[in-house]
Amino acid sequence: MLLLQQLSNGVMLGSVYVTVAVAFTLTIGVLNFLNFTIPTLFMLSGMAAWALTKWGLPFGLSAPLPWPVALLIAIVVTIAASLLVERFTFRYMKTKYGDATEHAIPLVSSLGFLLITENMIRIGYGTDPQRMAAVSWDTTIDLGGILLRVPQLTSLVVAFVIVAGLNWVLKQSRVGRGLRAIAENPDAANILGVDSKRLVPVIFMLTGLLCGLAGILFALNYGEVSPGMGEEIGSKAIAGMVIGGLGSIWGAVLGGLLIGIAEMLTIHFFGADTVQVVVWGLLLLALFVRPQGLLGHHSIGKGKL
Amino acid sequence: MSGYWTGILTILAINIIMAYAIFLPVATGQLNLGGAGFQALGAYTAAYLSANYGLTVWTTIPASILVGGAVGVAIALPLLRTKGVYLVLATFALAEVIGGAILNTEALGGAMGMSVPDYVDYPVPMWSALIVTLLCFYLMTTRFGLAMRAAHDDDVVTDLLGVSVRGVRVSAFAIGAALAGLAGALYAHSYSFVESQSFNATLSIYVLLYVLLGGTQTPLGPLVGAVFFTLLPEVLRSVLPEFKGWIATAFGESGSISPPDESWRFVILGVLTVLMMMFRPEGLITRTMVARVHSRFARRRRLVREVTA
Repeated sequence: MLLLQQLSNGVMLGSVYVTVAVAFTLTIGVLNFLNFTIPTLFMLSGMAAWALTKWGLPFGLSAPLPWPVALLIAIVVTIAASLLVERFTFRYMKTKYGDATEHAIPLVSSLGFLLITENMIRIGYGTDPQRMAAVSWDTTIDLGGILLRVPQLTSLVVAFVIVAGLNWVLKQSRVGRGLRAIAENPDAANILGVDSKRLVPVIFMLTGLLCGLAGILFALNYGEVSPGMGEEIGSKAIAGMVIGGLGSIWGAVLGGLLIGIAEMLTIHFFGADTVQVVVWGLLLLALFVRPQGLLGHHSIGKGKL
Repeated sequence: MSGYWTGILTILAINIIMAYAIFLPVATGQLNLGGAGFQALGAYTAAYLSANYGLTVWTTIPASILVGGAVGVAIALPLLRTKGVYLVLATFALAEVIGGAILNTEALGGAMGMSVPDYVDYPVPMWSALIVTLLCFYLMTTRFGLAMRAAHDDDVVTDLLGVSVRGVRVSAFAIGAALAGLAGALYAHSYSFVESQSFNATLSIYVLLYVLLGGTQTPLGPLVGAVFFTLLPEVLRSVLPEFKGWIATAFGESGSISPPDESWRFVILGVLTVLMMMFRPEGLITRTMVARVHSRFARRRRLVREVTA
C-alpha cells in the first residue's frame, strides 16, 4: 500500500516534470535549440506568483492580490520573458548569422539569461525558500487507502490537458503544420511559404505558457518557492526529456512520469540523498545505450515531431 | 602581500587552469558542461589521500591529475560517440552523478565535506597555472594542436585526410579532465576544505562561459576570459552595494533581505554573455585578431631593422 502511495505520488510529481519537459522538447524539436532559460522561466513564474500574493504589484501599485489574479499575471510575465529571450537569442542569431549558426550560440546565450534572471531574483528576494500561502481547496481525497491531494490531482489533469491540446495543435492546425514543417527542414518550409519569422515566437510563447503553468502548479502543490527551484526541476525535466527521446512530445510525457516515479521510489528505498545519482545515472545510461531515447528518432534536427 | 590579494591570486590560478581544462575539448568542437565534476574528482582525490594516508602535496597533486585523466579517458570513449546537444547533456549529467555520488559516500564525508591537512600557499597554484598556460600554448602549436583545430572546423574532411578525429577528441577531453583534476587538487589544498556543494552546476556553467567569452580559437582566449571574470568582481566591489539598494527598492518592500553579493558577478557575466553572443559569437580573442596584432608588430620590427641597418 505504501508502495502504491509512493507510485501515485511519483505520478503527481512527474506531472510537473512533464510540463517542463514538453517545453524543452518543443524548442529542441522544432528549432534544434536547447533552451536553458526554461528552468528560469519556471522559477520566475513561481516567484512572481508568490510576490504578487504577498506584496502585490511592484512599486506599491496595488495591494496583495488573490491567487487567481496572481496566477494570470505570473503566466503573462513568464510569456513576456520568454518572448524577450527569443528576441535576444534566437531571432538575433538567425537574422545575423543565418543557418550557419551553430546550435551552440543560442544555447550559450540562454545560459547567460539563466544567470541573469536567477541572480536578479536572488538579489531582489534573497536565496532562502519562501512560503506560499495555501489555497482554500487544498484538501485530500482518500481513494481506497491512497491519499491524493487536490492540487496535485489538478496539476496532473492540467498537464495532460495541455499536452493533449498541444498535440492537437501540432497535428491539426495550420500553425502546427507550419511548425512541423520548420522542424522537418527550415529552408524548404520557407520556400513553400511557411513564415518562420512569425511562427518561431509561437514556440517561445508556448514555452512561456507551459513553464508559467508548471511554476504555479509547483508553488501551489508544495507551498514553497525559491530562486533555486528552477535548477532542480529543470534538470530533472531535461533528464526526462532525454530518456523519452528528444523532440518527441509523448516521449517527454513518458520520461517526465518515469523520472517522477523513479524519484519517489528512490526516496522510498534509499533515501532522499540518492535521488540526484539515480536520476542523472538514468540519463547517462540512456545516452550511452539509447541516445535517441525511448520514443525518439535517430536524427536530431530533422523531422522530429 | 596581504591575505586578500593572495586569496585572489589563488582563485585566479585555479580559474585559469579550469579554463584550459574546458578549452581543450571545446577547441576540438565539443562543449563540456561538466567541468565541476572533474574538479570535484581531483579535489576529493587529493583530500582523501591527504587526510587518510597523510600524503604530501607532491604525491596528491599528481594522483589527482592521474585520476582526472583516467576518468576522462574512461568517460570520453563512450561519451564522445554523442554530439552536439547530446554531448552537452551527457557531460552535464556526468557532473551531477559525480557530485551526487560524493554526497552519498560516507568515506568522503558526505554532505559534511572533508578537511584537508596539507596546505599550500599561493605560489604553488600560481606556478601551476603558469606551467599549464605555457603547456597549452605549446600544445596548440604542435601537430596535435593543428589536428584539434581541424577537428573543430570540419570533422568529416579531417577524417578523410587521415587524422583520427575520435582519437584527437578523446585525447583532448582526457587532457582537459586531467587539468580539471589538477585544479581540484589545488583547490583542496589551498582552502584546506572540500564539500561537494561547491562543485555545482553553476561552476560548470561559469567556467564554460568564460572560455567561450574569452574565445576558443586561440589559447589566449581562456586566459583572458579567466583573468577578466576573476578580477572584474573585485574591481566592482565598491560600486555594487549602491546598485543593490536601488534594485532592492524597485522590487518592493525588501530592505530587510540582505542579498548575497556573489549574485552580481553572475548577473554581469550573464549580461556580457548575451551581448557577446549577439555581437561577437566567436569570443573576444579571435585568430584573425591575433594575426592582425602580430603582423602589425612584425611590420614595426621590420621597419626598425631597416632603419638601424
